[in-house]
Amino acid sequence: MADLRANCAGIESPNPFWLASGPPTNTYGQVARAFDAGWGGAVWKTIGEPIINVYSRYGSVDLGGNRVMGFNNIELITDRPLEDNFREIAEVKRDYPRNALVVSLMVESKREAWHEIVKRTEDAGADGLELNFGCPHGMSERGMGSAVGQVPEYTARILGWVKEVATRPVLAKLTPNVTDVTYIARAARQGGADGLSLINTINSIMGVDLTTFAPLPAVGGKSSHGGYCGPAVKPIALHMVSAVAGDRDVGLPVSGIGGIATWRDAAEFIALGASSVQVCTAVMHYGFRIVEDLADGLSNWMDEVGLRTLDDLRGKALPNVTTWEQLDLNYHLVAEIDYDKCIECELCYVACEDGAHQAIRRHDDADRAGGRHAVEIIEEACVGCNLCSLVCPVDGCIAMKQIPNGAPPVSWKDFTAGRGRLAPRPEHFHVARFG
Amino acid sequence: MTHYAPPLPAAELERNFADIAPPLTPDAAIAEAHRCLYCFDAPCTKACPTHIDVPAFIKKIATGNLRGSARVILDANPMGHSCARACPVEVLCEGACVLNDRDVKPINIALLQRHATDYALERKLRLFAPGRPNGKRVAIVGAGPAGLSCAQDLRRWGYAVTVLEAQDKPGGLNTYGIAEYKMRPATALAEAQMVLDLGVELRTGVVVGRDVGLETLLEEYDAVFVGVGLGSNRGLGIPGEELVGVVDALSFIAHLKSHPYSETPVGRRVAVIGAGNTAIDAVTQAKRLGAERAMIVYRRGEADMRCYHYEYELAKRDGCEFRFHASPRRVLGNARVEGLEVETPAGVEVIACDMVIKALGQTPRAEFVPPAAHPKLFVGGDCANGGAEIVNAAAEGKKGAAAIHRMLGGGHG
Ligand SMILES: Cc1cc2nc3c(=O)[nH]c(=O)nc-3n(C[C@H](O)[C@H](O)[C@H](O)COP(=O)(O)OP(=O)(O)OC[C@H]3O[C@@H](n4cnc5c(N)ncnc54)[C@H](O)[C@@H]3O)c2cc1C
Ligand SMILES: Cc1cc2nc3c(=O)[nH]c(=O)nc-3n(C[C@H](O)[C@H](O)[C@H](O)COP(=O)(O)O)c2cc1C
Ligand code: SF4
Repeated sequence: MADLRANCAGIESPNPFWLASGPPTNTYGQVARAFDAGWGGAVWKTIGEPIINVYSRYGSVDLGGNRVMGFNNIELITDRPLEDNFREIAEVKRDYPRNALVVSLMVESKREAWHEIVKRTEDAGADGLELNFGCPHGMSERGMGSAVGQVPEYTARILGWVKEVATRPVLAKLTPNVTDVTYIARAARQGGADGLSLINTINSIMGVDLTTFAPLPAVGGKSSHGGYCGPAVKPIALHMVSAVAGDRDVGLPVSGIGGIATWRDAAEFIALGASSVQVCTAVMHYGFRIVEDLADGLSNWMDEVGLRTLDDLRGKALPNVTTWEQLDLNYHLVAEIDYDKCIECELCYVACEDGAHQAIRRHDDADRAGGRHAVEIIEEACVGCNLCSLVCPVDGCIAMKQIPNGAPPVSWKDFTAGRGRLAPRPEHFHVARFG
Repeated sequence: MTHYAPPLPAAELERNFADIAPPLTPDAAIAEAHRCLYCFDAPCTKACPTHIDVPAFIKKIATGNLRGSARVILDANPMGHSCARACPVEVLCEGACVLNDRDVKPINIALLQRHATDYALERKLRLFAPGRPNGKRVAIVGAGPAGLSCAQDLRRWGYAVTVLEAQDKPGGLNTYGIAEYKMRPATALAEAQMVLDLGVELRTGVVVGRDVGLETLLEEYDAVFVGVGLGSNRGLGIPGEELVGVVDALSFIAHLKSHPYSETPVGRRVAVIGAGNTAIDAVTQAKRLGAERAMIVYRRGEADMRCYHYEYELAKRDGCEFRFHASPRRVLGNARVEGLEVETPAGVEVIACDMVIKALGQTPRAEFVPPAAHPKLFVGGDCANGGAEIVNAAAEGKKGAAAIHRMLGGGHG
């Protein structure tokens, strides 16, 4: 059995699965049930001066019959009095000493305000602090949340204040609503952060009601942009996690967040450098029980591939993240169809013909009666782009096969510097075919 | 046996007894798993007598965690593989699926369960470990679904378990009774082996009540679980029953399942008396063996049949015939069966046939009369419930194990 114990910036938990700060971590009752279900840690719903929420707060993107592929909210930080939050935080720590309890904080940008909330939170027993520099709606209009996280100087300054009094690890939770998150991450490092949590939610409008012309989610016919999350944002989050985890000037442990719903998602975040992972939307969709397969699936998979601890897995994919200019231009692929699996839907044909490189030939009924396959790859025209294999509805039917061309690797960087030679490749863009 | 149907060509027999519900491809399994809504407090789980956490095991198929999926199934139901093949899911989990209410095809739970348990069986995965020995010993009489399910939990809690089995192979009716096109003996034995691999001592060829007394077991062991199933089918109680060619459905099926297909004698014209699930299994398998005509003879009407609707449909698709409102009065023939005299609303008739299969319902085992209640004695499965399904036997075997555990001071199990 793989050892799933995690340590993120000195915050230890029995497994890497933490609830992200949000509705699931609002109360003692929820966090206690989550820990009973097997969650390793939780980041308490952001506390600060209690706010007042609007009614109608969430929106969803449904795709092909699947609900909540993307999710958004226009909810603010906690609406519960600070005293209630502190009391329940202390109770959770008393009843679940082995689970990680991190508390998310957001107050106005005043040194005393930060000092006070940090001290009170540590007095309540929090194992760590997470500074919410990411909330993109509402709070940012009041100069907090992403209004801080979008400006490197503010980020560093507030971290400095917090570190003047904090004795427990401090994570800075970053907003993805910036041009390059590594700048903010470096500022967090300079400010003294012990680790980073990312991503928070992405600016979004979920849709428009075409009867009332109200943007969604609507509050009496109006809306404001909200924070986008859920499965749809995972690729964005993976990129940002890898960008900060792989940046030498950042050099901080990372808690990965954004669209995690299965153990595979979690494994990918960890492979790109995360030390723990946080989940919000998937729990809002299916409940705390999903942690069972998160842990069971990750552990079974690690056993299968021979990884004993999370340290063995963490960052395993990072060295493979590089810049475009380093990629090998002489690595050539061609699509290959497994005709035992082909169901002749011809989706690959139309995708390649109209959307890519006209490298799939289609045979008419007469040819097929004569024994030809419905579709056939024109190898000389194929640029190995993947499109056909991506749209093919049958797993493993279209494989991308490497064609050895004997040429040594050459990157764009080398090539433009006059080093190396390009192997011959299809000249599809010079060819016009009619009929 | 010249008057019997000549055996069909081997290839045709093989086809006739091939899996009636072939396994899903990995693609299809994942696509089907993604259809599951992952209901909370799911009705499918409630409908299953062993309460397998169906959404959990399906979700694990979707995430590619097949080992974990099989564990969820076999933890709740050690017979989870045979159940996947043979459960009447239309009236259990799949019948309860919420999608039925939306007029959408319910999730194919049986085949998904098969997919996950195939993975475990094919790899002989050790999903469970025996518990630390607790010094207590339990005897289990009968290695059928009830006895095996009882054995699995007891081993996991650290009991030393000895199973006494009259036949020379374990599995009970899973090995000798389930329609061949649903499950073959080798599969039933592989499933039984997973349980035995937990360190169960199996003694075959031991008939309790003949070779060793139940009283002795009750003295020597800390507890005894009895899961002996039921005996042969009720007699017809009509003249001619002793003629050659009148056979019990169970021995007909058991013979078919333990010999090459071509070696099981089957008439050219077969009359099966009864209209329960066993009767259906007998008539379809007679037909698939090569009977020219195979027919259910039943004294009541279509609506009164005790078999499941889908089993009836299967027999009709197989080309079996049905004579309703026909009460058998006499088996005709000299030494061998030549016909069956029945009384119908239109008068007495003779149905020409050369084989009569008795399928009027199993009777309690004559040779094994369960003693009066005894504090160390627990019973479950067909012998306790009067004859139900594999899944009920599994549930009762587990319940028996939990009761034994409680009695012997091992918590609530
Ligand atoms: C023809 C037929 C088809 C069926 N098809 C299905 C189906 O498709 N799906 C389904 O779910 N259920 C089906 N069933 C029902 C199912 O097989 C039973 O409910 C289930 O096998 C009961 O399990 P059990 O352990 O109680 O008994 P059994 O399976 O009968 O096992 C009892 C075991 O005890 C042994 N035994 C008996 N007496 C003694 C003794 N004195 N000493 C030692 N050992 C002894 C027997 O040899 C046997 O191995 C079918 C039943 C029949 C008869
Ligand atoms: C309804 C809702 C409320 C949230 N509230 C907070 C919050 O108070 N503080 C915070 O740091 N992040 C908050 N988040 C962001 C989440 O913690 C998380 O960063 C984001 O949802 C991405 O993860 P996910 O895709 O697993 O949901 C909230 C998210 C949602 C959906
Ligand atoms: S989820 Fe709960 S709080 Fe939200 S609208 Fe529904 S009932 Fe109300």
